[in-house]
Amino acid sequence: MILAVASGKGGTGKTTVATNLAKVCAAAGRPTQYIDCDVEEPNGHIFLKPQIDGREEVTVEVPQVDAAKCIGCGRCGQICQYSAIVCIGEKVLTFEQLCHSCGGCWLVCPAEAIEREPLRIGEIETGQAGPLGFVSGRLEIGHVRTPSLIRSVRRHIQSDGLAIVDVPPGTSCPVVAAIRGVDFVLLVTEPTPFGLNDLKLAVELVREMGLPFAVAINRDGIGNDQTQAYCKAEGIEIVASIPDDRRIAQAYSTGQMIVDALPEYTERFRDLATRLGAL
Amino acid sequence: MKVAVTSTGRTMDAQVDPRFGRAACFVVVDTDNMEFEAVENTNVDAGGAGISAAKVVIDTGARAVLTGNCGPNAERTLRAGNITLYTGVTGAVAEAVERFKAGKLTEATGPNVQSHSGMNS
Repeated sequence: MILAVASGKGGTGKTTVATNLAKVCAAAGRPTQYIDCDVEEPNGHIFLKPQIDGREEVTVEVPQVDAAKCIGCGRCGQICQYSAIVCIGEKVLTFEQLCHSCGGCWLVCPAEAIEREPLRIGEIETGQAGPLGFVSGRLEIGHVRTPSLIRSVRRHIQSDGLAIVDVPPGTSCPVVAAIRGVDFVLLVTEPTPFGLNDLKLAVELVREMGLPFAVAINRDGIGNDQTQAYCKAEGIEIVASIPDDRRIAQAYSTGQMIVDALPEYTERFRDLATRLGAL
Repeated sequence: MKVAVTSTGRTMDAQVDPRFGRAACFVVVDTDNMEFEAVENTNVDAGGAGISAAKVVIDTGARAVLTGNCGPNAERTLRAGNITLYTGVTGAVAEAVERFKAGKLTEATGPNVQSHSGMNS
């Protein structure tokens, strides 16, 4: 089972929920992996403190033009939809940062003048946090191929166990790459006008993608009751509420897991896992 | 000689558009007789705008570009097309061309802004 923990708004507690959920599931004896797909700012390792035993470089293919072979026909520049390869007279320029690796340019080149060159976009770390499997992607600074890296991270998911995917915030391409085809999406929100606005966007996205989902409210007690009212009106199940407990913030700020620092919350996370079918 | 000026409008008295890739349009002026034509910038909303805009300018036959800001991708494309770049240009299109003709503009030695600088202005 692949369970994605997502949110429209950043900072609602995705990583807090994902790491604690993963930890209680693994502790209960279920083979579980925590998959950090928030590759632009992965932070699950801060809380899970895994032992890293594997590192893998992730590359994508970008065009490299051999000027000696190029006949200046201009076809590569015409097919590229992203201005990643441009023909100026007889000269061919490439802009690897804009390339989406569609392969159009090397397919249409009649002179076989375009080589596929690997471009490093990030790396993946794998390891263990006790019984919990750990996988985390990290995008190279200055690179923009976030969805490509996320897809590589997801290839580490073992099909027979439980995978809890920590999704990037927002509703754009990286989120789509992280949740496509998952079994369930848990949308973490906070009960504030900002949280609700972005929750609505996230709900639109998961509905568009046809994914089953439910909502978890974090920092319950702040803001207002509009989030509950919205979920009720839309028929969306609220499967968990985590109170606005200062001790949680204190534990978080020192890199501690809630279930370690405040064991009384363990039962809540176990209940949540059971409700989601993860246990 | 033709020069392309990034412009907020289609006339000689329009203001120079400070953005290159996402300029509203290009006013291409023949410095010999001051005749001009306005060329649409079709790439304003697309990715790789600077590169596409540079291609549009190259296709007009212009030999120089007068603009406010130009990022690295556009600058590299213009350079491949042997176009001389002048950045930091302000005022009306006609005034900019006069300053160019009088030799009062300084040629840019490289891009003067980062990629995407024109996206939010």
